[in-house]
Amino acid sequence: MKVQSAMFYFPEEVIEHIFSFLTHHPDRNTVSTVCKAWYKIERLSRREVFVGNCYAIRPDRAAARFPGLRSLTLKGKPHFADFDLVPPDWGGLAGPWIEAMARSCPNLEELRMKRMVVSDESLELLVHAFPNFKALVLVSCEGFSTDGLAAVARSCKSLRELDLQENEIEDRGPRWLNSFPDMCTSLVSLNFACLKGEVNLKSLERLVCRSPNLKCLRLNRAVPVETLAKIMNQCPNLEDLGTGSLLADQFSEAYVSLISALQKCKKLRCLSGFWDASPLCLLAVYPICANLTGLNLSYAPTVQGQDFINLIQHCVKLLRLWVLDSVGDKGLAVVASACKELQELRVFPSDLFAAGPATVTEEGLVAISTGCPKLNSLLYFCHSMTNSALITVSKNCPNFTRFRLCILEPRKPDPATNEPLDEGFGAVVKTCKNLRRFSISGLLTDQVFYYIGKYAKALEMLSIAFAGDTDQGMTYVLNGCKNLRKLEIRDCPFGDGALLADVTKYETMRSLWMSSCDISLRGCKALATKMPSLNVEIINEWEAEMEENLNNGVAEVISNNNNKHINNGNDERKVEKLYVYRTVGGPRTDAPDFVWTL
Amino acid sequence: MEGQTQARYDAEVDNLKDTELRLGLPGSDEEPKKAPKKRGLEDSSVKAPAETGPTAKAQVVGWPPVRSYRKNSIQMVKKGGDQNNEKGGMLVKVSMDGAPYLRKVDLNMYKGYRELREGLDVMFKCFPAAKDEFAVAYEDKDGDLMLVGDVPWEMFITSCKKLRIMKGNEAIGLSSSP
Repeated sequence: MKVQSAMFYFPEEVIEHIFSFLTHHPDRNTVSTVCKAWYKIERLSRREVFVGNCYAIRPDRAAARFPGLRSLTLKGKPHFADFDLVPPDWGGLAGPWIEAMARSCPNLEELRMKRMVVSDESLELLVHAFPNFKALVLVSCEGFSTDGLAAVARSCKSLRELDLQENEIEDRGPRWLNSFPDMCTSLVSLNFACLKGEVNLKSLERLVCRSPNLKCLRLNRAVPVETLAKIMNQCPNLEDLGTGSLLADQFSEAYVSLISALQKCKKLRCLSGFWDASPLCLLAVYPICANLTGLNLSYAPTVQGQDFINLIQHCVKLLRLWVLDSVGDKGLAVVASACKELQELRVFPSDLFAAGPATVTEEGLVAISTGCPKLNSLLYFCHSMTNSALITVSKNCPNFTRFRLCILEPRKPDPATNEPLDEGFGAVVKTCKNLRRFSISGLLTDQVFYYIGKYAKALEMLSIAFAGDTDQGMTYVLNGCKNLRKLEIRDCPFGDGALLADVTKYETMRSLWMSSCDISLRGCKALATKMPSLNVEIINEWEAEMEENLNNGVAEVISNNNNKHINNGNDERKVEKLYVYRTVGGPRTDAPDFVWTL
Repeated sequence: MEGQTQARYDAEVDNLKDTELRLGLPGSDEEPKKAPKKRGLEDSSVKAPAETGPTAKAQVVGWPPVRSYRKNSIQMVKKGGDQNNEKGGMLVKVSMDGAPYLRKVDLNMYKGYRELREGLDVMFKCFPAAKDEFAVAYEDKDGDLMLVGDVPWEMFITSCKKLRIMKGNEAIGLSSSP
């Protein structure tokens, strides 16, 4: 008690100074709830806000609470939108947020958005409303074009970072690069790897020439080796490089120039791109491999077999590796022997439908776990997996924080024993005490969920598909995983019983997604009634297709009154897609017709 | 005879279908897509008909969980001509010796070597250089100049980076023996 009362005698500035050491936003959220004084001090001094679900709070309210905001991170659509499970025009609009910030937070410098819909107009507003704007990071976003990029380039006087990761950007020509004014010399990070079209190469070279602080540059496929060589000669201090197309003639000047340019880049730590990489161009990369900490070859199907092995064996300091499964178990074995510091591995499928001759199996994963004990983050696509392999892997690598295994064929059992993979995944949760993210696949019964509920106490995000037998499975997870924030489920036999097993649980979580399960309209209505602090949203596919056809001018307008459909009596109808999330913003005002908020 | 009767019967049934009263969008003859009614969980999200084999399984919506951006990249590199490649396109530059400027062709637009040849003929016939004998060569991934026509079409379109229409003496060395 004495200590607490002493705190009240501190002037505000001192408390604010103490708060400035709290960078972890959950901590800042916590201190703001202590008392009114602290709430006020905290909100006025808050510089960074993270909004994990853009519908959890109204933009106006967030902007008004934190007028001193400098950095905003927003996430929009549910994760399964990445896999086309969310119809287009679902929402996640950036516009209202940018407008609200423009009204209340003039000091905004950084905006990071993931899975949101951003229009060119919003980008225009962004650069005109915030005179100090410095960094724009867009991940898996859509709705804008290269014209929007031109607006950003043109108007940002001190743009430091323009980072575009895997966005769908409408290509309206290469002129946007010309829009960077001649006096713009502040660029530190530029990533346009996801742009599909041509870029103006001369503009690019000039831009790089006048950006002495450039540390990260990721080009798109349209940039040829000649340009890459010229650029590399201009920035010997580059730390992160995404190449363009790496196709070059052995005797060309460009190739020779590239080799010498790369050798000068002593600070290069991270490499990506490698489109169309010819074995020759890979040779040019060998001299810098020894210092690499990050390598992304997941868009380079030409780098496989011996080429891959020759490259990777030099990468002894590698921490992060992203590859295609065409490197095979053989390639992974070399990774295991060379990359002893490896912390993160992602193995993506090179063919979505059939197993090629040299794709990876459980052997590759076991080899990695044996050779790389520091591994803590895994994403692994394969065609089959065994319990014994998973048990071995978890023994070798007890430090997993992220473990995602995707067996390409749904419900596939352990081929050695024909049993479900409950024991294998169970071993992972038992051994890896710090597991925060988990994705499971293959043949799985309720037993695996028993293990998850019992052991995965640190788990924050769980992704389940084609798994489980009864409601009990989902109930184990809801009851046991104390720190669960996001639960996403598809094609599992969980019904209303599971959904309603612990309704207050959803208030402690960011969101729940269930699609192609066994829940009914009755169950969803019950949830909505019991928990008014949640938005219980149903996506009605048939409505979604009607909407799409309406937009295409195919169908006639029919009565689309939500209430009429929801309350026409048949509550036993199965709900195809359910998205539940906690919110203080009330029901969405921008929901399309096919999204029903109960 | 029996075959004909059968055919006429089928035709009549088809006509009946046209007059049948049912709900559906104009022009849609198939089952209505995925109405929200009870269904078996086995094929709850499968859009393809229930054939056996890996192809049908591969049609599950949103599976495997790979981002569309990455899926498109895989498909662009894989079979150039097969898939519906609206986003990809295989545009390559075509140069003709002696012509003042280059053209670009989309290799996906052609089914084989003959169509490509015909397409190039049309594109370049306006140039005086086209009057001479010419051979079509291409630059592959390794930068080597190769004669068009030696490898299977599918392999060709994934490895062709540039086309070059060579004429006269230079072509003699390249063109296949009689």
